[in-house]
Amino acid sequence: MNYFNLPLEDWTNWFVNDWLLPNFSGFFDAISAVLASFVDAVTNTLLFFPAEVIALIFILLSWFFAGRGVAVFSLLGFIYLGAVDVWIESMQTLSIVLVSTMISVLLGVPVGILAAANAKVERAVRPVLDFMQTLPIFVYLIPAILLFGLGGVPAVIATFVFATPPAVRMTNLGIKQVSEDVIEASRAYGATSKQLLLKVQLPLALPSIMAGVNQTIMLALSMAVVASMIGAPGLGSIVLNGISQVNVGLGLTGGLAIVVLAIMLDRITQGIGQKL
Amino acid sequence: MDKIEVNDLTKIFGANPPQGLKHLQNGASKEEILADTGMTVGVNKASFSVKPGEIFVIMGLSGSGKSTLIRLINRLIEPTAGEVLIDGEDMIQMDKNKLIETRREKLAMVFQKFGLLPHRSVMENVAYGLELQGIDKQTRESKASKSIEDVGLKGYESSKPEELSGGMQQRVGLARALSNDSDILLMDEAFSALDPIIRKEMQDELLHLQNKLGKTVLFITHDLDEALKLGDRIAIMKDGAIVQVGTSEEILENPADEYVSNFVKDVDRSKVLEASHVMKKPEVLINEKDGPRLAIRKMEEVGASSIFVVNKEKELQGLLTIDDAIDAHEKQTSIYEKLITSVETTAPDTPLHDLINIAIEAKYPICVVENEKLLGIISRVSILSGLVLGKEEEVSE
Repeated sequence: MNYFNLPLEDWTNWFVNDWLLPNFSGFFDAISAVLASFVDAVTNTLLFFPAEVIALIFILLSWFFAGRGVAVFSLLGFIYLGAVDVWIESMQTLSIVLVSTMISVLLGVPVGILAAANAKVERAVRPVLDFMQTLPIFVYLIPAILLFGLGGVPAVIATFVFATPPAVRMTNLGIKQVSEDVIEASRAYGATSKQLLLKVQLPLALPSIMAGVNQTIMLALSMAVVASMIGAPGLGSIVLNGISQVNVGLGLTGGLAIVVLAIMLDRITQGIGQKL
Repeated sequence: MDKIEVNDLTKIFGANPPQGLKHLQNGASKEEILADTGMTVGVNKASFSVKPGEIFVIMGLSGSGKSTLIRLINRLIEPTAGEVLIDGEDMIQMDKNKLIETRREKLAMVFQKFGLLPHRSVMENVAYGLELQGIDKQTRESKASKSIEDVGLKGYESSKPEELSGGMQQRVGLARALSNDSDILLMDEAFSALDPIIRKEMQDELLHLQNKLGKTVLFITHDLDEALKLGDRIAIMKDGAIVQVGTSEEILENPADEYVSNFVKDVDRSKVLEASHVMKKPEVLINEKDGPRLAIRKMEEVGASSIFVVNKEKELQGLLTIDDAIDAHEKQTSIYEKLITSVETTAPDTPLHDLINIAIEAKYPICVVENEKLLGIISRVSILSGLVLGKEEEVSE
């Protein structure tokens, strides 16, 4: 099958090392600085308040959006996080998840809207999403480190790449599922495209969009351990330590904390989707 | 000026509509164009006009292009060719902004599947058209409240559409159309999704509202009974083309072709025909000042044994029989004292159906009276012939 030799490796390395880095390092440094300060700000805010205050906020959110059972679960979960002494790491993980989810939603939802409105955009976007979801994570971790250095920032970028597709797909789907009858009626009464989007399509697509956001958060949390491999602080690094020391107990301690955060965030965002 | 005027409106679906249009203008039929080019002629050079305050019904079976036609009028579907004049302005030539403005101000639409926003309350749905126009909340809610009351949904303002029955949902759709203050209502099979009793109720409601508000209504239906009941005039569509336009009477009496006559053969004439359709001009009238001698001579001329008497304003005074006329002549008295005033009267739009029993009881012809003026008379014979004529056609099938 080897009809000709494709020097993809050399080309890619040349592209990244000899062209992208020298020409755009300033640009990537700027992004890096902005993202780093953003992640730090969120982490510092979460850690500024006493743990009890943060826990109470999340317990109340759970109660309001997901009911009493989930609130009780959150309470027990937070007691666990305190009892195994992983509070700081939990908040570090949470801030990376929140920041990357925010970027995913801010970029993913508009792209989903565009894709729903325009078949060409959709055709262009779909393979990109497939790529983002299936390309092994480690493949883009390498350039992420090269471009953004070690730490929280490449973790946010890698998480963004992995976790954005559901936000785009579910937004696209949600808008397309809005019944043609309702759209036709709106147009008949003289709705502009903007009014149609804001008053009809987005409100009716909201449950679907929230399901996408929920999936984005879940995927972001599942990236926590991988993120720690490129130097992101948080629960992932506890698990990573457990692995490297063959310390089953340490691994479980960190792993369970991730599960606690995941279930809590999942129930809250699902609840928001259903309430809207 | 006509409220809506449609000239040669055409819609061709397919790869190359202008090419299909050329074929059509060269006289090719819908089938030929489909066979030659694979394109579908949705609407084929439809022309008609709707007068202000008129209910104009477009009737056709499914696939006849009637739903496409109504969507061409407000350009929910872009026409391939033709003109749609709304108050004299051509919708087809309008740019996007003018089109949106016209849709907002002049054309309200009611849909078969209601098209209500499921996430909004009845009030918010009814006020939706006004909201799109950028009217402030207070004004639009006061207008919407009035429309909600008009359609009999007071008390349901904060309900969601899914909490309402189909009939009530369509009342919301109707209220949304009314609150917009547009002169024209486009109604696309508006009552077809409702069950028969609710449907009849909504038809009556529409007639009532139209009477009260004087809207111009373009109504699409596949149901001939509905068309005959609602339509001042009816257009019958087949294969995208309009085959006949006329009043229900004209369509029943003179179907333009076999397609139309097949449609109308099963219609119960007693419900469709109205008093004014079968009444005859009173053969002779005499003013109150005319004497008995003239009355007798006129009765002789037409071979009748009685005659209706009106005054100069054509207002009905009563009935004079030949015996009374002769009596008055012999005694040299005024015929005025001899008039029988207890004659049966009816309005010109009374269905024949309601007149049958009156005709059986009545000794004399029924007078068709409007504003006290005598328009015509209906004898038992004319009612029966009206009904029988319908029967005859069925027999000849």
